[in-house]
Amino acid sequence: MTVALEFRDIGVAFGPHQVLHDVSVEVDAGGWLGIVGPNGAGKSTLLRTVAGAVPYDGSVLVEGLPIDSRSQRERAKLVAYVPQRPLFPAGMAVFDYVLLGRTPYLGPLAAESRDDISDVWEALEALHLVEFAARDVATLSGGETQRASFARVLAQKAPIVVLDEATASLDVAAQHEVLELIDRLRKEMGITVVSAIHDLTAAAQFCGRVALMDGGRIVGSGQPGEVLTEELLGTVFEPSIRVIDVDGSTVIVSLRTEETLSDQ
Amino acid sequence: MNAGRPSTTRLHWYWVVGATLVLIVAVIAGVMVGPIALSPVDIMASIINRVPFVSLDTELSVRDEAILWEIRMPRVILGVLVGSMLSAAGASYQGVFRNPLADPYLLGAGAGAGLGATIAIVYAPATSSWIVDPLPLAAFVGAIGGVALAYVLGYTVRSGRTAVTLILAGVAVASFLTALQTFLQQRDSDTLREVYGWILGSLNTAGWGDVALIAPYVAVCLSVVFIGRRLLDILAVGDTEAGTLGVRPGRVRLIFVIFATLGTAAVVSVSGLIGFVGIIVPHTVRLLTSASYRVVIPLSILVGGAFLVVADIIARVAISPGEIPIGVVTALIGAPFFAVVLRTSKGVVS
Repeated sequence: MTVALEFRDIGVAFGPHQVLHDVSVEVDAGGWLGIVGPNGAGKSTLLRTVAGAVPYDGSVLVEGLPIDSRSQRERAKLVAYVPQRPLFPAGMAVFDYVLLGRTPYLGPLAAESRDDISDVWEALEALHLVEFAARDVATLSGGETQRASFARVLAQKAPIVVLDEATASLDVAAQHEVLELIDRLRKEMGITVVSAIHDLTAAAQFCGRVALMDGGRIVGSGQPGEVLTEELLGTVFEPSIRVIDVDGSTVIVSLRTEETLSDQ
Repeated sequence: MNAGRPSTTRLHWYWVVGATLVLIVAVIAGVMVGPIALSPVDIMASIINRVPFVSLDTELSVRDEAILWEIRMPRVILGVLVGSMLSAAGASYQGVFRNPLADPYLLGAGAGAGLGATIAIVYAPATSSWIVDPLPLAAFVGAIGGVALAYVLGYTVRSGRTAVTLILAGVAVASFLTALQTFLQQRDSDTLREVYGWILGSLNTAGWGDVALIAPYVAVCLSVVFIGRRLLDILAVGDTEAGTLGVRPGRVRLIFVIFATLGTAAVVSVSGLIGFVGIIVPHTVRLLTSASYRVVIPLSILVGGAFLVVADIIARVAISPGEIPIGVVTALIGAPFFAVVLRTSKGVVS
């Protein structure tokens, strides 16, 4: 397996606050790496280095080359990024929003070709958004906007997709549907996925590898079964975390303690 | 299966034809209306007669021809250039700053031009000894200088270079330059009326010389903004996402600010600070058609020209033989019109 994306010794500081300390983790081509950890662990900051949105020490390597050694457009052809809270401009049609994904393939002054338009319709079809093509993207529901984001990512045709808490605002069914969709696209198109993810159960079920972060450091990485253990999660989150097997699937929950229950 | 399907946001031909017709009607009305009425048929014939090897009979006397070609036509063409440029510049600023309240004077172009013009009026009254008229030159330099100052200030902010820091720098620079301008204006009360008149804007001084002076700037600046309009839609998703789509938001912003400012500086140097056009025209277009800058920029260019010509007709005839400053008309007529569009439209103000 070739390594698609590698974070090597990444350090990020905001003023005097060091928020990432020598973070190193990599993901194989076609794999799904989930970044998990409590709020403030540095998951989003790590992913924002790929987007060039934060200054950092160390290197982000895409297919073996430092990402900042490539032009902005070349980067965009290799890595697509969906932030935690994407902006959906009021008045922009869903079609036009997805069409933005074709930007890296256009010269600064060029117009989209028929092929670009065709790619957008394909992406809309893949995400069941054809009937929404003319809708104002800002009027979509939470689940629909997530699908619009992924349609844009699909249109971008980048082999690596970075998702920052892609399903954070969705209900449990919609979240499951979106994660299944990402997994299907990953398998069908061979894309590599790196996602920050809060839901530990979802991480255990969907990610081929997980990296557990705490305090700006990686405290464990590997297959979900190796990292998402009660022992490790207990030290990072709280001791009452339980890892349960339900019909062969891993479920991770936080139980109330006897102490809090007895208060009632 | 998808190849024949069109994209959803297009610059529909009927929008372009409609806006062009509005502009043509405004131009013809602009040259018709005045103390001496000219018929539209004669005007059309006279225009066609300018084509080589064509000769049509007109009822126009030599004096009428002079009124048409030496007085009214340059004034109307100047109105088209100024209105188109201010509207396109306003739309560009709204796009690069993702701010519906942005107008061409946001970063200090207006305040800088005002200060430059005031300095010229107070310290260098126009006389025949000047090789070039110092007033437009000073206004032009002031406008460019104001924006350059805001850019330098905004981009040296330690906490980060964002669109917001740039806007705040522009507000600071504009306030400072306006304070200087007001100080000069108050100290030299003899020129108060002239300064005030300039600030409210007018197409009154127009001759072909003014048109020739600003036309190259307007042509270049409108071309750049028109060709690059797709990039404004990309900036709408925010700098971070725009960056991951392969564009450099800071560079795009700089290019649009440079050309919007250059065009604005050129037109205000001859017309004064005509307000409101840069906000009302792009928003009206947006509300009536689409929020996409692919549509907003070209239609703003056409509608903006028409709007200012119509405003100038009202400025000329409302209290004839006197003249209302055109900046007053653009707000007085534009604001209620915009309120009606805002109330009745289903479009979105973004």
